[in-house]
Amino acid sequence: MAEAGPYKAATDARSAPDGLLVEMRAIEKHFPGVRALRGARFDLRAGEVHALMGENGAGKSTLMKVLTGVNQPDSGEILVEGRPVTLPGPRAAQNLGVSIIHQELHLMSHLTAAQNIFIGREPRRVFGWFTDDDKANADAAALFKRMKIDIDPRGEVGHMTVARQQLVEIAKALSFDAKVLIMDEPTSALNDTEVDHLFAIIEDLKAHGVGIVYITHKMDEVKRIADRVTVMRDGETIDTLPAAGTPISQIISLMVGRDLADATRAAPRSGGEEALRVVGLNRGAAIRDVGFSLRKGEILGFAGLMGAGRTEVARAIFGADPIDSGEIFIRGRKQRIATPSDAVRHGLAYLSEDRKRYGLVTPMSVSDNVTMASWPRFTGARMFMRDGALRKTAGEYVNLLKVKTPSVDQETRLLSGGNQQKVVIAKWLLRDCDILFFDEPTRGIDVGAKAEIYKLLQGLADQGKAIVVISSELPEVLRLSHRIVVMCEGRITGELDGLTATQESIMTLATQRPAAEPIEAQ
Amino acid sequence: MTNIPFEQAAPSRSGLFTVAALQKAVAFVVLIALIAYFGVAAPNFLTQLNIVGILQATAVNGVLGVACTFVIISGGIDLSVGTLMTFAAVMCGVVLTNWGLPMIFGVVAALVSGALSGAVSGIIIAKLRVPPFIATLGMMLLLKGLALVIAQDKPIYFNDTPNFSVISNDSLVSYLLPSFEVPNGVLILFAVAIAASIVLNKTLLGRYIFALGSNEEAARLSGVNVDFWKILTYALGGMICGIAGLIIASRLNSAQPALGQGYELEAIAATVIGGTSLSGGRGTMLGTIIGAFIMSVLTNGLRIMGVAQEWQIVVTGVIIIAAVYVDMRLRQRN
Repeated sequence: MAEAGPYKAATDARSAPDGLLVEMRAIEKHFPGVRALRGARFDLRAGEVHALMGENGAGKSTLMKVLTGVNQPDSGEILVEGRPVTLPGPRAAQNLGVSIIHQELHLMSHLTAAQNIFIGREPRRVFGWFTDDDKANADAAALFKRMKIDIDPRGEVGHMTVARQQLVEIAKALSFDAKVLIMDEPTSALNDTEVDHLFAIIEDLKAHGVGIVYITHKMDEVKRIADRVTVMRDGETIDTLPAAGTPISQIISLMVGRDLADATRAAPRSGGEEALRVVGLNRGAAIRDVGFSLRKGEILGFAGLMGAGRTEVARAIFGADPIDSGEIFIRGRKQRIATPSDAVRHGLAYLSEDRKRYGLVTPMSVSDNVTMASWPRFTGARMFMRDGALRKTAGEYVNLLKVKTPSVDQETRLLSGGNQQKVVIAKWLLRDCDILFFDEPTRGIDVGAKAEIYKLLQGLADQGKAIVVISSELPEVLRLSHRIVVMCEGRITGELDGLTATQESIMTLATQRPAAEPIEAQ
Repeated sequence: MTNIPFEQAAPSRSGLFTVAALQKAVAFVVLIALIAYFGVAAPNFLTQLNIVGILQATAVNGVLGVACTFVIISGGIDLSVGTLMTFAAVMCGVVLTNWGLPMIFGVVAALVSGALSGAVSGIIIAKLRVPPFIATLGMMLLLKGLALVIAQDKPIYFNDTPNFSVISNDSLVSYLLPSFEVPNGVLILFAVAIAASIVLNKTLLGRYIFALGSNEEAARLSGVNVDFWKILTYALGGMICGIAGLIIASRLNSAQPALGQGYELEAIAATVIGGTSLSGGRGTMLGTIIGAFIMSVLTNGLRIMGVAQEWQIVVTGVIIIAAVYVDMRLRQRN
């Protein structure tokens, strides 16, 4: 291991005929109901950083899952070092020198750095009965030394910072003689110093001929580190450009494409009474000085990239997570919201993006779920459930929202995503909530049902409900919102009018890292 | 949609209708099969005396099983039911024998001390966020120790309260059916089971117990005061253990402070054999009662057949594992 380390393999790679480490051609991949990849192509040279960009759902992850053997393409060709290969599983990809470092790290926190690196292929001694910890530690130390980092191979990973854990992951990838290293948003949990360090390591890997696929949303990082940029949209590869000399605005417009969804726009709204005002909301690094207001009958869009802090803001206002500071005014009166039950009492509702985990009690019936937030209202003597009344009311709401279910007694887990979402909406309408936070209201919902949900939300706003829509799909935000607030890294970076906003103007704000801020010591 | 009978809704609260029915059926068939087998194999098994013995033996375990069923459906576990029962019995003894108060005070003492102890477990779990297994393990030992301290290591006899034995040992049934001496303890078991079934299926608390056990976070985000209902669930379980304490103290005409440990495992076994899911959200009281009867019929039958006590224990262990395995397989197939 010591001498046949990662960099030797990579050097071999440079001897490939056309200098291409990886070439993917015309990759097609269907999932039930979705054409995730439409003839996507991608290539990677030895010793380059190739940024892969695109909006959420553009197909970046699926393409990389194909390259790492997690997903099998329906058709298309993959060449590694000029030779066509099939990748039936992650092991096969690893054996060809393709490694991936996921955004969420996959380490065992109670094991040491060395144990994590060599998990499943531990060096053995005494007829293979015992693990050879000394050799594992020495090999790990050699890896770390080559990466010019100072990590104790015997140190427990759980005690390390996220940045160091990431370095352990990189070391692990390199220990497989990785020639191709895929990094999925590697800087999302790092501070600026740590990012600098990571980039230094990436430069070093480049110099040794490792090819790096760098998935990111952050334009400034692309400018700093990438040699080429490939933009994906709707499962297609739109273009591959040199990073130097390509203006950021061009990349953004390639990402969002021509704007067909702008055809329908929410008519502007004004004059509604203020329903909610948030001032100076703070929660650690996730929410920084967030303030906004929301009127009755208004749909306020929250746009931003994943991890921008939109969900965190909604959960904080709803009392699901504690806040450090901030004031919340509901219908003009300052209120203290410490728990979700406080929030519900004030008419706030939060509809999570993860309906099955946070929105529904899936083994229970539709009628139970619709009425859950209002159960005390359906009791006799404040004790016994009046199931007849409960079922009747649930039935009314099922009809009102056109929930497709054979009966109100159906278990909610058997409903489709769109109908489950309607059940959650019904729950809050029945509870008389009039300030509604929708977090990714159409995630996991098929196209037809999406339009129905949009109509439902617009109808609710017309009735005077105040609505916040958090969405990563820009066309959705543009279609629904009267006003749009854009967040980046916990801060609100701008507010746009729903009528004049464009995908480009949103993306510009969403990638606008607050540069003037002093770097906080961590 | 308006007048659907309640029974149609019940399945949604106990898992898939077919599975729930099947499961109960499986436990029931096992019980009938055991009774049939022992009835043929052991001539003394189906005598009235023995049947009454089985019923009496089931009373305490069945009531404790009911307590466990509430807690387990809510997504928790209670290891303290056995020693909580003893603690309640000792408190009853203190009030009746040491203080010489009328019997009703002793009954109240058992129920209140049970409910309070349960509430303490609930508070430790809900407010201090100690995992239920650890919290009730601690309470199990704590209550055992307290019972021994309060009783000064000696049984407290109820000789000054002659009517106390009525609670468990007399037979109301025999006044109506003179030939059948079903002890009152068994009546209490059935009364508790029916009341518990109503609480579980027809009250707000019951509905929250299912919701907590199925998806606590979704319930919390629906504005449900999760902590309050959790504490109430453990308090209810504790109070039911207090009832078990009354039954056992009445039967023995004494509060035995050293008794109690080990009962929790039998109660959990009865609950699980009856089809209640240890991960919460699913279960029935009827299942638990059937489970409790399976345990006592097995013990009794094997004893009558002359199987050594050691082997009785082995067989009981095998039955528990088999019952849960069959239960899981049935659910997977659906």
